[in-house]
Amino acid sequence: MDVTVRIRRFNPEAQNNKKPYWQEFTLTNVDETDRVLDLLHRIKWEQDGTLSFRRSCAHGVCGSDAMRINGINRLACKILMRDLGGTKIQVEPILGLPVLKDLIVDMEPFFAHYREVMPFFVNDDPVPADGRERLQTQEDRERFDDTTKCILCAACTTSCPSFWANGKYVGPAAIVQAHRFIFDTRDQAALERLNILAEPNGVWRCRTIYNCTPACPREIEVTRAIGEVKLAIQKGTPHGIIQVHEIKERVVNS
Amino acid sequence: MKIHQFDAVIVGAGGAGLMAALYASKGGANVAVVSKLYPTRSHTGTAQGGIGAALGNKIGDDPNEDKPIYHAFDTVKGGDYLADQNAAKVLAEEAVDSVIELEHMGLPFDRTSEGRISQRRFGGHTLNFGEKLAYRACHAADRTGHMILQTLYQQCIKNNVRFFDEFHVVDVLMNQGVCVGSTAIDLATGEFHVFHAKATLFATGGWGRCWSVTSNAVSLTGDGAAVVMRRGVPMQDMEFYQFHPTGIFKLGILITEGVRGEGGVLINRHGERFMEKYAPKVKDLASRDVVSRAIYMELRNGNGIKGKDYVHLDIRPETVNRYLAEAGESKRIDRDYVEKKLPDILDFCRTYLGVDPVKEPMPIQPTAHYAMGGIPTNVDAEVVTDENWTILPGMYAAGEVACVSCHGANRLGTNSLVDLVVFGRRGGKAIANFVKTAPMTPLPANPTRQIEAEFDRLRRSNGKTKAYVIRDAMQKTMMENVGVFREEKAMQQAIDDLRELRERYVRDLVIDDRGSKFNTDILEAWELGCLLDLAEVTAISAINRKESRGAHSREDYKKRDDEHLLVHTLAYRECDEPYYSGTPDYRLNMDKKVDLSLALEDERFKPKERVY
Ligand SMILES: Cc1cc2nc3c(=O)[nH]c(=O)nc-3n(C[C@H](O)[C@H](O)[C@H](O)COP(=O)(O)OP(=O)(O)OC[C@H]3O[C@@H](n4cnc5c(N)ncnc54)[C@H](O)[C@@H]3O)c2cc1C
Ligand code: SF4
Ligand code: FES
Repeated sequence: MDVTVRIRRFNPEAQNNKKPYWQEFTLTNVDETDRVLDLLHRIKWEQDGTLSFRRSCAHGVCGSDAMRINGINRLACKILMRDLGGTKIQVEPILGLPVLKDLIVDMEPFFAHYREVMPFFVNDDPVPADGRERLQTQEDRERFDDTTKCILCAACTTSCPSFWANGKYVGPAAIVQAHRFIFDTRDQAALERLNILAEPNGVWRCRTIYNCTPACPREIEVTRAIGEVKLAIQKGTPHGIIQVHEIKERVVNS
Repeated sequence: MKIHQFDAVIVGAGGAGLMAALYASKGGANVAVVSKLYPTRSHTGTAQGGIGAALGNKIGDDPNEDKPIYHAFDTVKGGDYLADQNAAKVLAEEAVDSVIELEHMGLPFDRTSEGRISQRRFGGHTLNFGEKLAYRACHAADRTGHMILQTLYQQCIKNNVRFFDEFHVVDVLMNQGVCVGSTAIDLATGEFHVFHAKATLFATGGWGRCWSVTSNAVSLTGDGAAVVMRRGVPMQDMEFYQFHPTGIFKLGILITEGVRGEGGVLINRHGERFMEKYAPKVKDLASRDVVSRAIYMELRNGNGIKGKDYVHLDIRPETVNRYLAEAGESKRIDRDYVEKKLPDILDFCRTYLGVDPVKEPMPIQPTAHYAMGGIPTNVDAEVVTDENWTILPGMYAAGEVACVSCHGANRLGTNSLVDLVVFGRRGGKAIANFVKTAPMTPLPANPTRQIEAEFDRLRRSNGKTKAYVIRDAMQKTMMENVGVFREEKAMQQAIDDLRELRERYVRDLVIDDRGSKFNTDILEAWELGCLLDLAEVTAISAINRKESRGAHSREDYKKRDDEHLLVHTLAYRECDEPYYSGTPDYRLNMDKKVDLSLALEDERFKPKERVY
């Protein structure tokens, strides 16, 4: 089939008129099973080498190519023509992060929020005397399984109106990352993380708008994870390791 | 041009690079990691099935009494006896505490009912020298690589490792016979940066993009290997490139061996479990070269599904349980189990094929997957440049780009992730020690003059051929002529094709983007130059090795030749021009003997015919 791809372009080095604009490309012989990434590659390779975007794995696991495709955040490599239906598609950069060139945005603010939540394992106890692994039951491991799947693609955070309104909000992805450690029975820094997330730019900026969950290409239940963190701030962690009075909860009213 | 100075610079932020960075910085070195991708985008994150280590954790009621020596044996045998046995020994022994260490860093492995790290079966991994299948692959569902990459990146953040993300290394700098650093282009600005360092470690991953059907990321273009080869470092054992048996038909996306580890079977058009013919003992879990060849034989004999070039991989519980019962095993699986253990695989098939593997079998074909060869190193990740193991001071390599060689002629599944953490860690430690006493050798005069001129030429390319045309032609000839089965005439064809493509690349390329910022057009074209170099050296090394061993299978020389060829190939690029635009010759050296140290102590490690 023939497909028209309408792309939001921006050239930071344009001689005059340095503004974003739309450009349409027509592709012939497109298959239903082609990924949007395949189309972007064809445009770049066959028609216009200046078209710029990030990509690497091409099968939805590296998190490079989150874009707004037909108005919804998706990974270009994980959405096929048959999923979109129709023969016209529109591609633009994800929202809420500065656009640097075409579909490439500045990821630094996103990673800065990620780093704010202590996204690393903390356990200062000596390792088991037999030199072996720390033990964890299958149930305890299951407790945070969902949030270990995150590939930091930013599809959730950049679909969130609260983040668009206030870039200081840590955003869903950072909360997902914090969740992965808060609910890991082996980790010891849940309290610090909950305190960070109880701050004004933490979880309470989430208004449960629910854009993030459908945007997640890893099918993580993002809103639910945020809800569990909110609950832990209000009621303590499920294992009772952290009591609620230890947390300096500051609810921000809009 | 900007100049930075560090004790050590790690090029590449996959598993090997991050592990090296962690250990070098823990050892007190001032370290920077330079990566063309954001670290979490590295291809290590796509590794699925598991990381091998002889933990010997009890699985169900199987005591699984495992030992590193069994792991070393499987590695040597899997490698068709081309593995350096000292390296295989280090790999197997240090796998155990490396995996434990990853757990201590927080890696969320799946757990056994006793709360220990869960392990699954994988091809070629056995107990007691081939007696029965081992449970050795430690895993986190089917996203083990993702968890390793995340965990190591998290630890780097915790330890304040300095990152230069989206910096593309395009040259290595030498002076007075020492490696003194590297040159990178900052993708965002197009500016050249020199990283002046006492030690530079290359961990830039593989080059599956030389072939048309591959499991490798679009970014896996072998840059690190090409760059050092152009500066005189030999490439070792390039003819040994692994085709993984189970890639998604046409797309090449990997379906982990873990599927077969969990009981999945390969089936031809007659509904026959054909691996029973080729590997009666371990069947579908024979080593990868064996299984890939078997699939090709089936296709050749007209046993492809619907007459096409694919066979089925079947993980439907009813199929798996039938074969488990037949084998007298007590294990049974159901839909839930498959969903839990292989969630990403199901997702790939559902997304890209519209096939639900719990209801239908998956169409698969072999896919270009892993480079056993690469930059020669010793077990401390120090780069060596000849058959006498002469060290090139200041240059290190680890991970897929390196050739230790613990994988020999064919890598076993799960052994790459082990390689990353074991030799990444050793490299990091060695660097920390080295930089304590090594002097900072000065940079050569005008360190970026040549490479800047090269990029200027590339930027001005004004011919008629688009890069993708050359790339497609290269991938096609490599797939047809330097693939699973090889013979003289076809390989010569590939070499001729590649030389012609190089000519077009140098004389007739066209580039659209003349800008500086995020000029991915130029960098893709430059990456293609790396691929062309590596494809050529692969074909030349392959045509020169007149035997069949591991992944290098020749129809005109069907036997392994231990008498003459228990040696590594070293291929030197000889050219006045250090960059892509030169027309190189390759000099091959076949004097680097395989290390057989384990065989000296233990008969069982002596090369013999491989049967599975
Ligand atoms: C789909 C798939 C599944 C796999 N599953 C398994 C498995 O289950 N078990 C197993 O043991 N192995 C598996 N492997 C193999 C294993 O994952 C890889 O061999 C391994 O991850 C390679 O790691 P690495 O650190 O060497 O390089 P990579 O992870 O590929 O990282 C390369 C790094 O180098 C950087 N880089 C590259 N070029 C440049 C440049 N010019 N300048 C700057 N930086 C550069 C990149 O940005 C990246 O950070 C799998 C491989 C694939 C493709
Ligand atoms: S939670 Fe999902 S959408 Fe958000 S960054 Fe992680 S993978 Fe992407
Ligand atoms: S390219 Fe890796 S997620 Fe799309």
